[in-house]
Amino acid sequence: MTLLAAEGLTKRFGGVLAAKDVTFALNAGEMLAIIGPNGAGKSTTFNMVGGQLKPDGGRVTLAGQEVTGMPPREVCRLGVGRTFQVAQTFLSFTVLGNVQMALIAHHGQTRKLLADAAAMHRDAALALLDRVGMAAQADRPVGELAYGDVKRVELAIALAAAPRLLLMDEPTAGMAPAERAALMALVAGIARSEGIGVLFTEHDMDAVFAHADRILVLVRGEIIARGTPEEVRADPEVQRVYLGHSGTRAAARARRAAHG
Amino acid sequence: MEWSFLLVQALSGLASASSLFVIASGLTIVFGVTRIVNFAHGSFYMLGAYLAVTIVPWLLEFDRSPTLFFAGVLASALAVGALGVVMEVLLLRRIYRVPELFQLLATFGVVLIVQDLVLLVWGPVDIPGPRAPGLRHGVYILDQRFPAYELFLIFVGPTVLALLWLLMHRTRFGVLIRAATQDREMVGALGVNQAMLFTGTLFLGAALAGLGGALQIPRVSASAQMDLSIITEAFVVTVIGGMGSVPGAFVAALLIGLLQAFGVLVFPKITLVLVFLLMAAVLVVKPWGLFGKPEAAAGRAVLPEGILDPRPLDLAGKVLAGVALLALLALPLVDAYAVKVGTEVLILALAAFSLNFLVGNGGIVSFGHAAYFGLGAYGAGLLVTKAGLPMEPALVAAPIVGGAFAALFGFFVVRLSGIYLAMLTLAFAQIAYAVVFQWVEVTGGDNGLVGVWPSRWAASREVYHYLTAALTVAAIIFLRRVIHAPFGATLRAARDSAQRADAIGVDVRTHRWLGFTLAGAAAGLAGGLYAFSKGSIDPTLLGIPLSVDFLSMILLGGIQSVLGPVAGAAAFHAVKDFFMPLTDHWRLFLGLSIIAMVLVFPRGLAGAWASLRRRPA
Repeated sequence: MTLLAAEGLTKRFGGVLAAKDVTFALNAGEMLAIIGPNGAGKSTTFNMVGGQLKPDGGRVTLAGQEVTGMPPREVCRLGVGRTFQVAQTFLSFTVLGNVQMALIAHHGQTRKLLADAAAMHRDAALALLDRVGMAAQADRPVGELAYGDVKRVELAIALAAAPRLLLMDEPTAGMAPAERAALMALVAGIARSEGIGVLFTEHDMDAVFAHADRILVLVRGEIIARGTPEEVRADPEVQRVYLGHSGTRAAARARRAAHG
Repeated sequence: MEWSFLLVQALSGLASASSLFVIASGLTIVFGVTRIVNFAHGSFYMLGAYLAVTIVPWLLEFDRSPTLFFAGVLASALAVGALGVVMEVLLLRRIYRVPELFQLLATFGVVLIVQDLVLLVWGPVDIPGPRAPGLRHGVYILDQRFPAYELFLIFVGPTVLALLWLLMHRTRFGVLIRAATQDREMVGALGVNQAMLFTGTLFLGAALAGLGGALQIPRVSASAQMDLSIITEAFVVTVIGGMGSVPGAFVAALLIGLLQAFGVLVFPKITLVLVFLLMAAVLVVKPWGLFGKPEAAAGRAVLPEGILDPRPLDLAGKVLAGVALLALLALPLVDAYAVKVGTEVLILALAAFSLNFLVGNGGIVSFGHAAYFGLGAYGAGLLVTKAGLPMEPALVAAPIVGGAFAALFGFFVVRLSGIYLAMLTLAFAQIAYAVVFQWVEVTGGDNGLVGVWPSRWAASREVYHYLTAALTVAAIIFLRRVIHAPFGATLRAARDSAQRADAIGVDVRTHRWLGFTLAGAAAGLAGGLYAFSKGSIDPTLLGIPLSVDFLSMILLGGIQSVLGPVAGAAAFHAVKDFFMPLTDHWRLFLGLSIIAMVLVFPRGLAGAWASLRRRPA
């Protein structure tokens, strides 16, 4: 079933056409990667889906419901979790407190004046941290963590909204190679076991070709190719404008490493 | 109305606009390069006027020529520029990297110091300046007489604009100023001597303020109140124009000059309100002003300056709080004076606590918190003196009035962030102050209102002290609870990362608005209690100096601490109460203390207490 559908998304910044007629669909439990060179319009497309940007044209529907132009908080309430290129967490909170805060928001309890926030949703928050492998660090301030761990906490925060769809903007940016593979495997595992759709952008071809079910290639705001990792890797146009020959070989290696 | 009259009105509007631009251009250039909003810019303006009324008459003794007049004006401006250099070297270069609240307070410390120094050097009497030789006559424009000096002023603004344009586009220094305004880090990375650039910028900015002040002397006498009145107008001009934009300041100054000139015909009493309404309207449509650009987001996340992770009080904290409370309750055993001071401390503690609820917990740096305190006081006071109601309903009304105005102003305030937000809170506080000051029939104007006494049962100092204690302690305990509750946590979350809060489904703006309203209501209650403790109210209860007192209290107590502001209010008020009668230079002392706190003691009393506790036994 189609979880997310983008139809004809278009965005202009002054004279620059950042996204032109971008159309794609994503099914529940599927991982769809958007790749392309810098400035191709990946983040623009992404932010139009997540509500951070209003498209100039086109529409976005989530499970049949139109969400075009809705602010992020409303998109979130419809079951969309989001992680950012530069991880966004609540720096003054502990690891546990970050997830508790997300759960408080998810349950619509942010206006409570008398309850003790530190005692709310502890168990649920710990369970989420356990899923991303961060339960042992629950009481540390999130500002003390290594960046890779912050990204895991951010994933737990996104999962607190019980999302049907995860939007991940360069989930492995700024991480060490070993951490990258582990995080992507974690995301893929959660997505498959719970039927969550994942839309992600990524520069790391290992992460893309190892885990994406389908790939969109965006160049100068336009989709120039789409398909399974094999199809995209074999596409001569993609090889020419984006992957190059060494990139194509690396993509094949990554695919073999992940799937044997 | 005749056309000639309207024309003259427009010309006088242009003359004010021109003067305002000269001053505001300096403020906006300094902000663009240093990212510091310099409260002391108004002090430079005042110093320009005082120096000019000293230098120019001395020069005119030699020869009453226009040349010597303007030579004196320029000399004054350059001397003020040199003072700007002194300020940059001694103070500003130590605070470029501290949070903006601390920067604002430190430069306000300079305002206080300069006020006292001006009184020390020139005395308390206003000093009229000489008129400009050669420009003393009037010019007839369509049968209306118009002063030649005003006509001359109209041309000063565009001339300064043109000279600044040449400087910015034709000199290396100017190009660096423009580059730093766009991207300070990049200019640093390119190996530019930043120290020289910043010092030079302060010289230019202060000299422009000094020039603005010196040019005013034929129109207005030099007086010790010039600084704060001009600084709010200059803030408004730079905020409307877009902070850092010189052409923006020019357009905004024109708008404001003309608005005032014609506004005075339609609404003679509330021209100031019109100006601030214009600013509020511009900021709602263009949050960074007409020509401003959004602040570039910080490259890396930094821990916010404020309450981090509130914990329940430990045993030592509980003992300390208990002892403090018992001491307050036991004050009537000491003497009547101790009771009076104790009551005031309780009231100020609530006001400071409510301010830190915004600043420390919400990251909402309000520079006009006294407005809600004062409006609560006036709400209660007017009900008693004009409507004849007793104390009890008036005390119920005080937080409602404070909260209602906080809700009204907060609706606009929470749309902004950082320095723009601080400026807007300041502007709204000045609107409230201006209305209370000018609406003499209702508010009693400058004199205020007397006869705001408690009901008979609470008339004795002791009983009123206990009433105050009950209400303020209850309110503080409630607000503290809210800080620990989901609502308080949500405000901290929105402060840490508005983007993340939005993405987990939080309506950031609405929560900040509710928080602003709640803090305003608490300040309103404090104001109501204050009115009855004094028996009178006056406009200083809404003024900038009281807002700064509140900020000093939370800074002294420690804005990262939940209960620190209470200790800060007690310490601040005790010191003020003890020292103020002893010295004629309280402001000098306070200004130096604020600067010392920012430089050496930024975590306040609570920080000192925490590091004392952490030390191994």
